[in-house]
Amino acid sequence: MRARGLITAAAVIIAVGLTTSPVRASGDGIELPSQDWSFAGVFGTFDRGELQRGFQVYKEVCSGCHSLNYIAFRNLADLGFNELEVKAIAAGYEVQDGPNKEGEMFNRPGLPADRIPAPFPNDNAARASNGGALPPDLSLMVDARPDGANYLYALLTGYDDAPSGMTVAEGMNYNTYFPGHQVAMPPPLFDDGVEYADGTKATAAQQARDITAFLAWTTEPNMEARKEMGVMAILFLLIMTGLLYLSKRKIWADVH
Amino acid sequence: MSDPNFSNSVVRWIDHRLPVFTFMHHEMHEYPTPKNLNYWWNFGSLAGIVLVILIVTGIVLAMHYTPHVDYAFQSVERIMRDVNYGWLIRYIHANGASFFFIVVYIHIFRGMYYGSYKAPRELLWILGVVILLLMMATAFMGYVLPWGQMSFWGATVITNLFSVIPIVGDWIVTLLWGGFSVDNPTLNRFFSLHFLLPFVIVGVVVLHIVALHRFGSNNPLGIDVRGKQDSIPFHPYYTIKDMFGLGVFLTIFAAVVFFLPNAMGHADNYIPANPLVTPAHIVPEWYFLPFYAILRAIPDKLMGVLAMFAAIGVLFILPWLDRSPIRSGTFRPLFKIFFWLLLADCVMLTYLGGKPPEGVYVILSRLGTLYYFFHFLILLPGLSIFETPKPLPRSISQPVLGSGAGPVTAEKENS
Repeated sequence: MRARGLITAAAVIIAVGLTTSPVRASGDGIELPSQDWSFAGVFGTFDRGELQRGFQVYKEVCSGCHSLNYIAFRNLADLGFNELEVKAIAAGYEVQDGPNKEGEMFNRPGLPADRIPAPFPNDNAARASNGGALPPDLSLMVDARPDGANYLYALLTGYDDAPSGMTVAEGMNYNTYFPGHQVAMPPPLFDDGVEYADGTKATAAQQARDITAFLAWTTEPNMEARKEMGVMAILFLLIMTGLLYLSKRKIWADVH
Repeated sequence: MSDPNFSNSVVRWIDHRLPVFTFMHHEMHEYPTPKNLNYWWNFGSLAGIVLVILIVTGIVLAMHYTPHVDYAFQSVERIMRDVNYGWLIRYIHANGASFFFIVVYIHIFRGMYYGSYKAPRELLWILGVVILLLMMATAFMGYVLPWGQMSFWGATVITNLFSVIPIVGDWIVTLLWGGFSVDNPTLNRFFSLHFLLPFVIVGVVVLHIVALHRFGSNNPLGIDVRGKQDSIPFHPYYTIKDMFGLGVFLTIFAAVVFFLPNAMGHADNYIPANPLVTPAHIVPEWYFLPFYAILRAIPDKLMGVLAMFAAIGVLFILPWLDRSPIRSGTFRPLFKIFFWLLLADCVMLTYLGGKPPEGVYVILSRLGTLYYFFHFLILLPGLSIFETPKPLPRSISQPVLGSGAGPVTAEKENS
């Protein structure tokens, strides 16, 4: 009886903690349509094909403006690329290194240990090329927005004509899901804007899905290890707690 | 208490010169504990264990963390990505802080329901409130360290509260900041203090336990231990009971750490701090929300800050506000009702603290704040006059054994 009351109380307190804390940054209270993600849930894992296509979308579309500062080429091995492929991808980039013995900075082909180079040398350069708006770094995007994966997909597929009566400011674009509905980023994805090597039809929605999955991975590359360890940890704890309960019963048997 | 007879000769040799083994035997082994403690009494030792988990993970995090405004956010992400099991250590530490508050809040409400703050345990209770205050300061400063948007703006809002103090307010704020805005010196001193304060907490916890062991635990009946038949040795009875409780706790804790590690955090804190961009809603961590609701409920800034601190301050004098000689709420029919109302009020204030301060939320916050102080300042002192308590059992072992002796009245109990 008491134990049950205890568990109920703990559950209530945790529930209060869970429901009150995440405050929606998009203060408009727009409902985000929920997508079916392979990485959701206790046993969720990343789909390697999806991640590789997402990386292609990042490389060919997003990387024109958005950096991915926390990702090194070596991390791309997680996407299912082998060592040679990672080296080849890295070598496709020019990376600034130095200073050399003469004190000069120089460019060389990228190595797996290098971070993916950012499109702009600094924030001011990024603003200057984007009409004053700063394209944010994408590495942490899925955790940096409430309900991040659904939000990103909704944002990327949410461009529309502004409702009558609303004036969209110069250089801004109407988006159903962006807080305030006016976003500086023009619609980035178009049907067949990229050509997938694996033959997947590159609709804008498909690209939005793939890039979102890719950014879920960049946000937390260790997610699969976390969930795998979690299942083991919980199984262990359940068995240990069960044994402790039986021990408790046995030790207390002579008290009452 | 009997002196233990150790069979190991090395232990005997040491103990003769340095009686640590005798001390441990007295305080952790034969320490007489009421036999009727229920599972709500698990949360004290649980809080101690969570504190240890936080200190151990915190020390490891400090090995990899860089307390500088230009590197703090990056160094946390490095811990998440490149440090071996760094993600695990950080998630345990961040969620551990939330669970520390869950455990301690349950521990506090248990103390309130069973009147554990009453004589002769007033100092034990007060030391507990000191621990709560230290926990809050530590948690607040720890939340600033990742230097995300909510870190920065939370630090700005909370440190600014001190500016309302007359005369010395601005001086205190400058001292907290180490300058004229939340900046690198602020982060540096917060890191230093966040490292120091947990050890201060350990010190106060030791005093808390010394005070506890003076008279031993209160118990669900709230009556004193009358003799050997009422108590059992701490080991093995409560060590195994605490271990089982720990197992249940760790299972729930692991479920959150491994499957919902960011559920109790804010998305905004994964955006690096930017002094030029204010988040849409600045909200503290959930465990501060009831106090945040009280702060915002009062239109005047100074009065709001005072009310917020008074909400904890009132706990210091709780042993003298509740004048009823009966400890346990089980035998106080009216107190019991108001206890649950207070708990509901606190849950409501927690909810309201996370809502924007507008419309019906403000009205409810004000009513909630009013009721909170009404409970402590008016209801509790009044109840001892008007309430007729139920008869108390003669001893702890009597209801457990179920023998037929009649109950004694409250007056006799206290004579």
